[in-house]
Amino acid sequence: MLDIQNLSIRFTRYTFGLKKKEVCVVRDFDLSIAPGQVMAVIGQSGAGKSLLAHALLGILPRNAKVEGRILFKGKPLTPERLSALRGREIALIPQSITALNPLLRVGVQVARAARLSGISKKDVPTTVRRAFSRYLLRKEVAHCFPFQLSGGMARRVLTATATVGMADLILADEPTSGLDPITAREALTHLRELADTGKAVLLITHDIAAALQVADMVTVFCAGTTVEVARADDFKGLDQLRHPYTRALWDALPANSFIGTMKPIERTSDAAGCPFQPCCNDQNTVCGQSTPELKDSGEGRVRCHHA
Amino acid sequence: MITQFLLVKIFRLILLIAAVATLSFLLVSSSPVNPVDAYVGTAMLRISQDQREIIAKRWGLDKPPVERFGRWAGQMATGNLGVSTIFNEPVLSVIGKRFVTSFWLMALAWSLSGALGFGLGLIAGAREDTLLDRGIRLYAYTMASTPTFWVGMILLMVFSVSLGWTPVCCAWPPGLSAEQATLWQRLHHLLLPAVTLSLIGIAQITLHTREKTIEALRSDYAVFARAQGESIIGIVFVRALRNVALPAVTLQFASLGELFGGAVLAEQVFAYPGLGRTTVEAGIRGDIPLLLGIVLFSTIFVFTGNFMADLIYHLVDPRLRKTAGAIS
Ligand SMILES: Nc1ncnc2c1ncn2[C@@H]1O[C@H](COP(=O)(O)OP(=O)(O)O)[C@@H](O)[C@H]1O
Ligand SMILES: [Mg+2]
Repeated sequence: MLDIQNLSIRFTRYTFGLKKKEVCVVRDFDLSIAPGQVMAVIGQSGAGKSLLAHALLGILPRNAKVEGRILFKGKPLTPERLSALRGREIALIPQSITALNPLLRVGVQVARAARLSGISKKDVPTTVRRAFSRYLLRKEVAHCFPFQLSGGMARRVLTATATVGMADLILADEPTSGLDPITAREALTHLRELADTGKAVLLITHDIAAALQVADMVTVFCAGTTVEVARADDFKGLDQLRHPYTRALWDALPANSFIGTMKPIERTSDAAGCPFQPCCNDQNTVCGQSTPELKDSGEGRVRCHHA
Repeated sequence: MITQFLLVKIFRLILLIAAVATLSFLLVSSSPVNPVDAYVGTAMLRISQDQREIIAKRWGLDKPPVERFGRWAGQMATGNLGVSTIFNEPVLSVIGKRFVTSFWLMALAWSLSGALGFGLGLIAGAREDTLLDRGIRLYAYTMASTPTFWVGMILLMVFSVSLGWTPVCCAWPPGLSAEQATLWQRLHHLLLPAVTLSLIGIAQITLHTREKTIEALRSDYAVFARAQGESIIGIVFVRALRNVALPAVTLQFASLGELFGGAVLAEQVFAYPGLGRTTVEAGIRGDIPLLLGIVLFSTIFVFTGNFMADLIYHLVDPRLRKTAGAIS
């Protein structure tokens, strides 16, 4: 469905005296996802996860530059192709409920999304009604303004908005943030159901425990780079995990030994070496000199000089 | 909810009027204008000192200021604002007549600047940093820093003097009364002053709408709309229109004070017999009752503008319109 190789996202900023400065937020990012799959993308906050989703939709700010190879359904995803696909074949479930316009009624907003996804004018009302009932939203909710909804309801409205069309690839950005465990579980179940109908779901989150409940595969994202691709099952025990960063994340899970909280990892734009090197306990000189390649490893992949 | 809102506003208005009245009274009583001189005007030389004192005594000018203020405020509270010395007519009726003339001028200028400014702001914001945006911004900044009377004079020279398309002065042809003039004649006389007044007012609303449009385009809901395949034009004209229009309408109502100030200058340039010109006359010729009346009237006028702005927010913004209860 989607195949990303060597994706990088850079921002150009103008500092004093009109000096151009480039900041590289994502680089060497690889990911691939098949229909019917839930692929979790896990990374700390600030790792560039939301930017990744926005890059896949081509809606980054104008000062952003995206490079790399993105194949969608086997064909390169060019900007022209993207503007035709956006909202029709690729849909976003945004990170925050502020993505709903505070001054428009919820029903109007979902109907507009339906219309943009290519549904004919006369079919819009039935489609919207079906989307509402699928996510257990009562009819009256359509007449509400966003501020009248509870957090969980607003989340379901966002999911309904993204799935009202026939998109085959769903990008869910932090779908559980700010939700209580029961509502979060419900949001994740909805994503699983979508994948089970043959869609590809990219579940972007910083919460591994939540992601592991529904994901088939996990891509671990460290300082803007893919460091490991693993099956969700590999997270059953420490020994199946390939990368020291992933193992550190696993340790930090509440159910496990819990060694301590992770330091956020930052990498200056073009520093050479392994992205995880500043925090790695298992490093030697080569780690500081060259960025390791992403190698196949069992059913997953890993980017480490020592794996 | 709404009654409480209204009560608070009325209470504020009363406080405001009391404050403005006190301040104006203090200013007038310490000003060098002698009301008796202003009243007798050119007959000054033919009137003896005794006669002046009789007038002063009849008006209570020999009483201490606090007592004078009490009497004046008492009269005002019953709606008696006194008689204008230059028109020899009750102040209220002078203000009423002149305001009607001004009203059409201000209404036309206000709607023109509102509609054009809003449209230009939307376009500039949607096309941020393009040549179009820069042109519109340059125009707005130029207008914002140009004095009204200067724009008025330029327009007058071009359209009335050189081209002869519009009349040089007044609100209707000289020699006719307001009732005799046709609607067309009155519109014809109204056009240039109204355009002058609106050209100045456009700047603020354009720049404000532009900022709000850019802000809306960067908002989370606009990013989500883009993800749904919405175009920039679609976001500006379908999704964000309400979010941008609400503060714009509010601003337009809140700018009635500047409109009134602009009208004073524009009416002066075009010799347009409205309330603005009357204000200048009353000031120059020391017509204190009329001047005080106009001060109070303009206070209420500006207050009404701000009140409308607040009211619209309360009626239109669903977050403030707490009628529908939350559904959960
Ligand atoms: N417009 C921008 N210009 C420059 N840097 C940006 C911009 N937007 C985001 N970033 C940077 O990109 C990083 C990743 O952001 P984001 O994708 O929101 O992280 P998250 O993984 O929490 O979703 C942030 O650290 C931020 O500093
Ligand atoms: Mg994010």
